[in-house]
Amino acid sequence: MPDKMHIKLNVNGKDEEFLAEPRELLIYTLRERLNITGPHIGCETSHCGACTVTIDGKSVKSCTMFAAQASGKSVTTIEGIGGPDDLHPLQEAFKEHHGLQCGYCTPGMITRATKLLEENPNPTEEDIRFGMAGNICRCTGYQNIVKSIQAAAAEMNAAAASSSEAVGNKTVEAAE
Amino acid sequence: MKDEVENREDRVANLKGMGCSRKRVEDARFTQGKGNYVDDIKLDGMLFGDFVRSPYAHARIKSVDTAAALEVPGVLAVLTAADLEPLGLHWMPTLAGDKQMVLADGKVLFQGQEVAFVVAEDRYAAADGIELVEVEYEELPVIVDPFEALQSDVVLREDLVGEDGSLPDGAHGPRKHHNHIFTWEAGDKEPTEEVIANAEVVADESMYYHRTHPCPLETCGCVASMDKVNGKLTLWGTFQAPHAIRTVVSLISGIEEHNIRVISPDIGGGFGNKVGAYPGYVCSVVASIVTGKPVKWIEDRMDNLMTTAFARDYHMTGKISATKEGKITALQCHVTADHGGFDACADPTKFPAGFMNICTGSYDIPTAYLEVDGVYTNKAPGGVSYRCSFRVTEAVYFIERMIEVLAIELDMDAAELRRINFIKKEQFPYTAALGWEYDSGDYHTAWDKALTTVDYEGLRAEQAQRVEDFKAGKTRKLMGIGLSFFTEIVGAGPVKNCDILGLGMFDSCEIRIHPTGSAIARLGTISQGQGHATTFAQILASEIGLPADSITIEEGDTDTAPYGLGTYGSRSTPVAGAATAMAGRKIRAKAQMIAAYLLEVHDNDVEFDVDRFVVKGAPEKFKTMKEIAFAAYNQAIPGIEPGLEAVSYYDPPNMTYPFGAYVCVMDIDVDTGVPEIRRFYALDDCGTRINPMIIEGQVHGGLTEALAVALGQEIAYDDMGNVKTGTLMDFFLPTAWEVPNYETDFTVTPSPHHPIGAKGVGESPHVGGVPCFSNAVQDAFRPFGNRHTNMPHDHWRIWRTANELGLHD
Repeated sequence: MPDKMHIKLNVNGKDEEFLAEPRELLIYTLRERLNITGPHIGCETSHCGACTVTIDGKSVKSCTMFAAQASGKSVTTIEGIGGPDDLHPLQEAFKEHHGLQCGYCTPGMITRATKLLEENPNPTEEDIRFGMAGNICRCTGYQNIVKSIQAAAAEMNAAAASSSEAVGNKTVEAAE
Repeated sequence: MKDEVENREDRVANLKGMGCSRKRVEDARFTQGKGNYVDDIKLDGMLFGDFVRSPYAHARIKSVDTAAALEVPGVLAVLTAADLEPLGLHWMPTLAGDKQMVLADGKVLFQGQEVAFVVAEDRYAAADGIELVEVEYEELPVIVDPFEALQSDVVLREDLVGEDGSLPDGAHGPRKHHNHIFTWEAGDKEPTEEVIANAEVVADESMYYHRTHPCPLETCGCVASMDKVNGKLTLWGTFQAPHAIRTVVSLISGIEEHNIRVISPDIGGGFGNKVGAYPGYVCSVVASIVTGKPVKWIEDRMDNLMTTAFARDYHMTGKISATKEGKITALQCHVTADHGGFDACADPTKFPAGFMNICTGSYDIPTAYLEVDGVYTNKAPGGVSYRCSFRVTEAVYFIERMIEVLAIELDMDAAELRRINFIKKEQFPYTAALGWEYDSGDYHTAWDKALTTVDYEGLRAEQAQRVEDFKAGKTRKLMGIGLSFFTEIVGAGPVKNCDILGLGMFDSCEIRIHPTGSAIARLGTISQGQGHATTFAQILASEIGLPADSITIEEGDTDTAPYGLGTYGSRSTPVAGAATAMAGRKIRAKAQMIAAYLLEVHDNDVEFDVDRFVVKGAPEKFKTMKEIAFAAYNQAIPGIEPGLEAVSYYDPPNMTYPFGAYVCVMDIDVDTGVPEIRRFYALDDCGTRINPMIIEGQVHGGLTEALAVALGQEIAYDDMGNVKTGTLMDFFLPTAWEVPNYETDFTVTPSPHHPIGAKGVGESPHVGGVPCFSNAVQDAFRPFGNRHTNMPHDHWRIWRTANELGLHD
């Protein structure tokens, strides 16, 4: 058996440090070692996206990445996106627009959608369908997922507009 | 009371009862990654078990050597059939009256069959151990074709042949051949044959409904924990029927049922995959008993696709006869059903081919005959109802294809052919030629609404023009108009004719009202995404007048929930939903007596009004349900027991028969074989609608699973019995990119025998959707001579159809 590797990760803002076999997959690290069970396992071949996390700003399928490959990087899972007191607009929108049924794909779906909206804050329906094609849902037929993401985008853009307006006003006040 | 200032409309809205699109209470935890699925369960000292699986589809096992595996650090035990035999657990009963090997007992019958169970400290150690279990196989001839199986000298199941070569009867009667399982008939053979022989017009067709798989995103799994101190076994798992699993575990293990607690936590989709009992469950229980520690078993995706619960695999041959004007006179169907190595179909005991005898569909067909032959092959066992009631998808596909073929034979429009043969509204309740009594329907209204909405005449004109353009070389795309009109049979079912392993298929609900006017209700079903915690609370809110938001719904724990047969076959709303309403009415009946006492009037002088009982003729005198609940716990009322609880076990008098009208418009590129779905219109009639938002979501999802099955999803085998579609690389699950937007619509024809008139909806879109997508593909090629091609209509097969019709010349 090869020597264990010294791995350092930042997961949802918290530093983690441990020894692991080189073959340990990141999804295993998250779920079994760190008890972060939001990301799920659906296929082990990168097709379904239930295990999607964000690593250094990119969407990654954590079932096909070794923990060692993520060493030194920052990992965000659904648990780092929003909780009971600070729900992300996407979490709100999925609830509001029936964007989920069994819930198994949902953490990966929302995690991916946060990146999609960062990359493209005004996506068309086609952009959303293409940008979410790495995440499979067996229950919803996607129609309400698309609707949820569109609603969250509108909400986030409105919030951004009003906060930049607020900033703008402050600037004016300061200038006066 | 504040309540007095509220008007009636506000009080109704406050309940969030039946008919409103209440947001789901489940979603808070799921959107935050706080669902609790079986693989999320962690117990102290928990071990992980996984299988050594056969690479061969048919082989004798000469030896199994576990010594090297047991040397692997972290491996604690390796179970083989020899270890299970003394316990009598090397075989287990199936739901279909057959038996199935838990671990290979001398031979294997399909690729991926469970040979040994390695128990280790974690998944990696288990995988290392699996690598080192040495199994010596002797290959045997492989049969993957059921027609060949019925001719072959090769005996697949030696255990079902007498030593003198005799064939003992199977669970469903006499067997014709050593690889034959059963023959099942419905209807009248000779009269049907006679009508067809003398008919003005006869259409016949053979079709293969391919093998596929429900493939929920979460695979099957369990955690078994035997507590040797108190003798209790707890089993968490992906069970669509937790109570039935408890009874099965008790029967096969000998552990008394009160010492077994089965818990279905959150389930990541089921679609029929999680109804059956699998070797992994048995091995986990045994491993926990052997090691004294909790043992987890979770399928990987390949295990899931290769071994647990395929669906369909029906070879269907039909004849349909009609007058020259298109009035159908008779229908005949024969099915050769490929059940794989063991007959593990999940059907009610008396229905080895499920409800295939709903295959007369939505039409008034006076005479019919159905015969089904079940056959063993070297494929995985299963035969589950993938998002449908038992074999109803097959039945509806069959009749909706036969109608299309008959339309070709008659040179008639397929929509009109359907219209003139529909069972008429005034004929309900309608007894079909194959035995079922349809409860209610208004097919003509639904059909007319559908055809008008999509401008059917306009579509046909456009299609005719497209054919002209194609022939003139102006386009390479053809247009298909897919039609389907389906009638489902769901809500199994009446105990008089429906049981599984002798357990009647009733369901149950138990309600406890708390003193301050909130409540908990527990049911015998289990949600897998359907939103039971949301919708069952809505039924109760309307029945008992307490807000849905004040009612907790709990399912899936056999120690607390009343006995029920679980969730599949769209039975939750028809059966458990009915139990919920009936239990609610018991609560209301007692509340009425309490209210009358408090208001100092006779019981009959108060009446229920939304959330309260009012004195008849004096609406200002009332007691709210909240007040009544408190009184039930704090007042000594003569002749009435304290408390406010009720339980109902509901045995439905009949099935329910949801129906719908679907239209799909598709453009097909004849050079690439790529179909593009331009429009899909789905009208569903599921009777009384409990939550329109959830119904619409179910329709979207069911249609998408129908799209998958019709257009590409398949479990394919090669001649050696190798599964060619064992990963999501090969097994088609549509992504957002391939799926269209759907238009949903409805009519409401309540079930006359259901307490709230609801019929169930989760499976309708799948049942109606598959023939609709398939018919669209076939319709595009009809003007060029196509009569029938088999699913799945993937790009290659569509291209091939175009090629065979000479469209590439």
